[in-house]
Amino acid sequence: MLLRHTTKEVRERNALTVNPAKTCQPVGAMYAALGVHGCLPHSHGSQGCCSYHRSALTRHYKEPVMAATSSFTEGSSVFGGQANLLQAIETIFAVYEPEIIAVHSTCLSETIGDDLNQIVIKARDEGKVPFGKYVVQAATPSYVGSHVTGYANMLEAFVKYFAEKTDEKRRQINLLSGWVEPADMRELKRIMKVMKIKSVLLPDTSDVLDTPMTGKFEMYPKGGTTIAEMVSMGDSMQSLGLGEWATEKAAISLDNTCRVPFEITDIPVGIKATDRFIQALAKAGRVSIPEQISEERGRLIDVITDMHQYLYGKRVAVYGDPDNIIPLIEFLVDMDMQPVYIVSGTPGKHFESRMAEILSERVPEAKYKNGPQADMFLMHQWIKENPVDLLIGNTYGKYVARDENIPFVRMGFPIIDRIGHSYFSTLGYMGGLRIVEKILSVLMDKQDATCLEEKFELVM
Amino acid sequence: MPNKKDYTNGLPDPSALRDEILKKYPPKIAKKRVKGMVINDPSVEQEVMANVRTIPGIITQRGCTYAGCKGVVLGPTRDIINLVHGPIGCSFYAWLTRRNQTRPAEGEDNYITYCFSTDMQDSNIVFGGEAKLKEAIREAFEIFKPKAIGVFSTCPVGLIGDDVHSVSRDMKAELGINIFGFSCEGYRGVSQSAGHHIANNGVFKNVVGLNDRARTGKFQVNMLGEYNIGGDAFELEALFEEAGITLLSSFSGNSTIKSMEYSHTADLNMVMCHRSINYIAEMMEEKYGIPWVKVNFIGAESTAKSLRKVADYFGDAGLKAKVEEIIERELAKVNAVKVSIKPKVEGKLAMMFVGGSRAHHYQDLFNELGIRTVSAGYEFAHRDDYEGRKVIPTIKIDADSRNIEELTVTKDEKLFRNDLVAKKADLESKGFEFKDYAGMMPDMAKNSLIIDDVNHWETEKLIEFYKPDVFCAGIKEKYVVQKAGVPLKQLHSYDYGGPYAAFGGAINFYIEMERMLATNIWKMIDAPWKHESELVGSMTIEA
Repeated sequence: MLLRHTTKEVRERNALTVNPAKTCQPVGAMYAALGVHGCLPHSHGSQGCCSYHRSALTRHYKEPVMAATSSFTEGSSVFGGQANLLQAIETIFAVYEPEIIAVHSTCLSETIGDDLNQIVIKARDEGKVPFGKYVVQAATPSYVGSHVTGYANMLEAFVKYFAEKTDEKRRQINLLSGWVEPADMRELKRIMKVMKIKSVLLPDTSDVLDTPMTGKFEMYPKGGTTIAEMVSMGDSMQSLGLGEWATEKAAISLDNTCRVPFEITDIPVGIKATDRFIQALAKAGRVSIPEQISEERGRLIDVITDMHQYLYGKRVAVYGDPDNIIPLIEFLVDMDMQPVYIVSGTPGKHFESRMAEILSERVPEAKYKNGPQADMFLMHQWIKENPVDLLIGNTYGKYVARDENIPFVRMGFPIIDRIGHSYFSTLGYMGGLRIVEKILSVLMDKQDATCLEEKFELVM
Repeated sequence: MPNKKDYTNGLPDPSALRDEILKKYPPKIAKKRVKGMVINDPSVEQEVMANVRTIPGIITQRGCTYAGCKGVVLGPTRDIINLVHGPIGCSFYAWLTRRNQTRPAEGEDNYITYCFSTDMQDSNIVFGGEAKLKEAIREAFEIFKPKAIGVFSTCPVGLIGDDVHSVSRDMKAELGINIFGFSCEGYRGVSQSAGHHIANNGVFKNVVGLNDRARTGKFQVNMLGEYNIGGDAFELEALFEEAGITLLSSFSGNSTIKSMEYSHTADLNMVMCHRSINYIAEMMEEKYGIPWVKVNFIGAESTAKSLRKVADYFGDAGLKAKVEEIIERELAKVNAVKVSIKPKVEGKLAMMFVGGSRAHHYQDLFNELGIRTVSAGYEFAHRDDYEGRKVIPTIKIDADSRNIEELTVTKDEKLFRNDLVAKKADLESKGFEFKDYAGMMPDMAKNSLIIDDVNHWETEKLIEFYKPDVFCAGIKEKYVVQKAGVPLKQLHSYDYGGPYAAFGGAINFYIEMERMLATNIWKMIDAPWKHESELVGSMTIEA
């Protein structure tokens, strides 16, 4: 057994986290900053933070992930990291020549009380920021929230810094993306094109973290939201935030500073969340929904009706980030599956009410928890008590899946043992089809591998 | 795809490359970096600046002190709960991400697959985290009943004044199991290296020597600085077992805390990764009189040499004969594979920038295939790993190295092995070398470029200049280098292959090089129409 010490007896814990279903803020800030064109993320802390975050993102994408660090030592930790950041800004612009440095803090620099804003102003005053170049900063203390919080804080920092309100409104909407894959960002842009709505997508990691092999390394690949696009966001007609946890802060900031009204909707995973997304888009862009979208929706429903018998009543355990798993759980319920165990390490009080709303009638026995001690150890203990038919979450679930012999679909962050997540979207109706395909494949593979020989089916 | 270079008549002088690299840096940085870049000349003594701070803003390969302590040294030990005191990230990122394989017996403890954290919140930062740490230790004890718990400090812990050592002492008294702490905050040193030292100190103080059990073998040894990446330790364990050498404990591949407790009953310590573990070897010699030798089990020839060295140390005729028998048999197998692969890869160029010993050890494997190493360097090593242990007395102690405690070790009068001290003196008089690490530089060709703590900019320029056939580094560099059309072999994770240690490992590595260097996929990067002239047809949609 890989997790041989996990037993079904749940003992209440108040201090110990085991096998977390979250990580810390800065990695989210780094990911968000990679979705801005010509931007180099910078970690203001110890070297290890930057090294760990780059490694985690690299393993997930199998792509270069460039970021710099303030390389704190004991001295900087005692006397403050100002000298390190000033030096870093100078070094980075001289050696790596980005358009933007996106600085995020760490638990170390936050604990000693470094004021990023003041240090960046000082760098500018001292001429360390070349003309036409920018330094953006976000406070991302690792001891608050989770990786999703860091993503949200960096997103907010970008719109705060760049968005400008002029006298002329633009006939475009701001699409603030929650933490999704490059393929998903690409799919969002395709949907916007089909809907014929002009939009600015922030961030946009497509063509950054899924670049082609050319034989030439590009430090700043062609993708990413541009400075001009971010500036124009202040004049947009509306903002649409996909995922409350990741995008609400940025949407509010655009409203406060540039008077761009906003709506927050779920990341379009599955049927209903995509319905809401498409309707919100149609309303914001004042367009009618094209037939093509309805056809895509129809295909998804068609496949579910075709294969319903394999999905109906299946018990599922899910772990991941609220913005991603809330619409996923809703989708599972729509397919008549039974998401019975759900954990997310990311805190936030709306999680419970959203879960209750989705589950209380259709899956009354469901157990769900988020925040402190809502970890994969707890979820595994629940599974030990009463098994499930399917597990959905990041790569770490493979240990549970093998021990308990549960079919396993990888979704979330990080996925470090398979490819596909960054190339094939799980958003929109077409992405929903991919989720259904993946779920069916693992469920039916298990049936094929384990059923009695006389029950072995050619046609399924 | 870079064009091939021919270096059959020796390596070119890379001075121009070095100057070009330095030109990009602001003067202050250039002045510092030049001292870490040495054009090698094995016939003279050269000094390389190492184990110094990375300049802020430089995209470095390096990690932090915590990574060296928890991740590298303690991570591979399976029967201890490694509880990380800090915000969640530090424990999350060190969760199963190093490939320390381990083979617990049925029913034996194995916590390697688990991740334990106090997940500090802002209130813990403001009001202190000691109470939460104590509670977390209690909870871990009640749920898992481990034999030992190690507590690892992350950056904020030292700053807010949480004392992991006193908490550990209190909890040890309360729960009656071995509990000890490490002050391995990420910022403690200039790289992972500080963490290795801190881990060595902690294990030596709190674990080594707890169990004076009786002898179980005729030739008792420990393997230090071997972390069982990809199953390397399994190869070595099989080798020792066949030779009749009793491996008491490994620090720390496929290891248990239990075995470290009696590791001081060994007759010899073998040091594999000098950088990460020489401290324990030194302290065990001072306290118990156990001599240590440097070994290298990467490369078939090096493996044979290291095995002979151990056999010579014991001086037993039976052991020597057995070792020779194994070497002869295994080298025959290795050579059978080598003759078919070497002609395909001979003359290719390699570069390696990794770790604190691998950038040296792996050159042996490449040499066996006739692949030349044109440039190399370590990520976190010290001058002695480049220039040899002879320079240790001349290494300047700076503010960063002064941070790390040097334990005062005194002789254990009861257990001190005077017999081994006499044996060592006798062997030394016959020319047998102990503590014999001469470093990387003497083994490298003239004009090869040695670079300490190589960074991203330098990597790009090196590839442009040397156009290597294979580049060895880690996960952060992997796809950067490959995007430039050069295959990269990870020497931290082995790209999930291996083992590469000992004879069987050498065969695996040869086959891997054949795979990497023979593939045609890199030649397919350019589409067949890349150089065709553009046509504007009349049947395009817009027409």
